[in-house]
Amino acid sequence: MLVVEGLVKRFGGFTAVNQVSFRVEQGEILGLIGPNGSGKSTIFNMLSGTFAPSAGSMQFDGTEISGLAPHRIINRGIGRTFQIPRPFHRLTMFENVALAGYFGQGKHSRIKAEEAAERALGMVGLTTDRHALVDGLGAAGLKKLELAKALATGPKLLLADESLGGLDENEMDQAADMLRKIRDELGITIIWVEHIMGVLMRVVDRVMVLDHGEKISEGLPSQVSSDPRVVEVYLGTDAVATQAAAAEARR
Amino acid sequence: MTAKQLFPWIAGAALIALPFVYREPYHLHILILILIWSFAYTSWSMMGRFGLVSLGHGGFMGVGAYVTALLWNHLGLSPWIGIPIAMAAAALLAVIVAYPCFRFRITGHYFVLVTLALSGIVLQVITATRDYTGGSLGYTPDRTKGSQLWALQFDDKVTWYLIALGVWAVGLVIWKWVDRSMDRYALEAISEDEDAAAAAGVNVTWEKLKITLISALMTALAGALYCQYQMFISPDTVSGISVSLQMVFAVIVGGLYVSLGPTIGAVITILLAEGLRIGFGTKAVGWDNLVYGVLLVVFIIFLPKGILGSILDRLKTARKV
Repeated sequence: MLVVEGLVKRFGGFTAVNQVSFRVEQGEILGLIGPNGSGKSTIFNMLSGTFAPSAGSMQFDGTEISGLAPHRIINRGIGRTFQIPRPFHRLTMFENVALAGYFGQGKHSRIKAEEAAERALGMVGLTTDRHALVDGLGAAGLKKLELAKALATGPKLLLADESLGGLDENEMDQAADMLRKIRDELGITIIWVEHIMGVLMRVVDRVMVLDHGEKISEGLPSQVSSDPRVVEVYLGTDAVATQAAAAEARR
Repeated sequence: MTAKQLFPWIAGAALIALPFVYREPYHLHILILILIWSFAYTSWSMMGRFGLVSLGHGGFMGVGAYVTALLWNHLGLSPWIGIPIAMAAAALLAVIVAYPCFRFRITGHYFVLVTLALSGIVLQVITATRDYTGGSLGYTPDRTKGSQLWALQFDDKVTWYLIALGVWAVGLVIWKWVDRSMDRYALEAISEDEDAAAAAGVNVTWEKLKITLISALMTALAGALYCQYQMFISPDTVSGISVSLQMVFAVIVGGLYVSLGPTIGAVITILLAEGLRIGFGTKAVGWDNLVYGVLLVVFIIFLPKGILGSILDRLKTARKV
C-alpha cells in the first residue's frame, strides 16, 4: 500500500531522516519507534505533506505523493493525528470533526461530512452532542478528538503520532485497543509512532526502529525487542554490558 | 414564524418606509453615509473576523472609487460597467498582494504590514498621477443633467438612501451566507492553527484567498458607491491608511464577530464624528481622531467583542440563567 524508498530530509546541515526505506502492507499496524529526535515525526510530516522530502520517493497505492500539498494527500486517503492534540477551540467538538469530514474526504458534502463526524465520534467514544465544547476535554478526551478528526477524513492509511503520551496506564491500554479496533472494524492500515515500547509491542504486527534518522531494525515485535542494536539505543550500552554481566553471573 | 425570524423583515420594512415618512435632508444624508460605511466595514470584517487583519482595505476602496470615476470621465463608460471593472481591478490587486502572503505563510503582524503597504501604495499612485486623478485636491465625476439611471447619478436623497440600504442588506446576506457555510469552519480553524487545518484536509491558501476576494470585491463596491453618492472623492477620504484604520476602529467598536457589529460601529463612529464636528466646529479639527484613538484602546481592553458582541453575550448568559 505504501512504499517508501531512500527518504531523506535535511534541515540546513542537519539530516533528520537519512535514506529510510520501508513498506506498509494493506491492513497491518506498523509500529514506528525510536528515541526523541530520531526522525519519527519528520517521516510523518513528509508522509502527510507538511514537509517536502529532500530526496527519495513515497508511493501510496501506486502513485507518487512526495511534494503534494497536505490537503491533496488527505484526499488520497492518508489521515494523521498530531503528537500534541491540536483541536480548534473556536469550533464545537462536532464541528471540529465535521470540518475534517467535509474537507478531508474531498467530497465537500455537508451531509456526508456530518455522517462521517457522527461515525467517527461514536467510534472513539465521544459524545455526538452538537453543542459540546472542546474546552471541557481532558488529555484522554483530546487524544480521542484528534483521532476522530483523522478518522472523519476517511483514511485508508492512518498516521497516529505518539497517541499515548500523557495518559495513565489504563487509558494507554484503551487507546491501544482503539487502534486495533480501528484496523479490525474499519480496515484502516495504521502506522503508529510511539515512545513507550510496551503497549505498542502488544498491538502492532511489525515494528521499525529509528535512531538518529536511520532505520536500525525492522521486524516482528519479538525479534526487534531482542535486537542488540535496539536494546543499546533504548537502554544504553551500559545496560547491554550490565545485562551481559548479569547473564554471565547467572551462568 | 417566530418573533425572531420575523424581526429582520419588520425592521427591513421600517427602514424602507422611513424616507417616505421622514425626509429631513441632513439626517437622510447621515443615514446614507452610515449605510455605505456600514457596508464597507462589513466587507472588512469578512476577513477581520478570521484574524486576517488587513490595513489594505483603503486601497481596495480607493480603487473602487477612482477606477469607476476615471472610466466615466475619460471613456464615458457608465458606472454600471465601470463598477464591475473597478471591482475586478480591486480583486486582481487583492490576488497579487494576498496570494504570495498566503502561499508563503505570511501571517499575523507581517500580513498586517504587507497590507499596510498596499494602502500606502494606492494612495501614492492616486496622488502621483495628479494629471488624471486630480491628486490630493480630489476628483469629481462629470455631472449629468438631473437624475440619470445609466450615469448612476440621482438628485434626490431618497433614491440614494434606498440604493445604500439595498447594498447594505446584501452585505449582511453575504455575511450570513459565509457564516453558515463550511468555509467558516475552515477559516476559524485556519485562524487558530494552519497546520492542523491543513491536516483536516483544508486547502489553506485557497480558503484564505476566497474570503479575501469576497472582501475586496465588496470593499471596492463600497468605494464606487461612495463616489457616486458624494460626487467628490479625494485620496484621503476613500483610500490610504487612515481609511483602513477607520474600518478597523469601527468594526472593533461595534463588534467583530456579529453580523450587525460593523453597522453599529458605523453608527457610533459617524455620529461621533458628526457630533464632534458640529460641537467643536472648526476649532477642533482632528478631535474625532483623538477620540477614536482613546475609544479604541478602551474598547480593546474592556469590550474586546465590541458593543453589540458584548450585549449579545450578556443576553445569552442571562437567558441561560
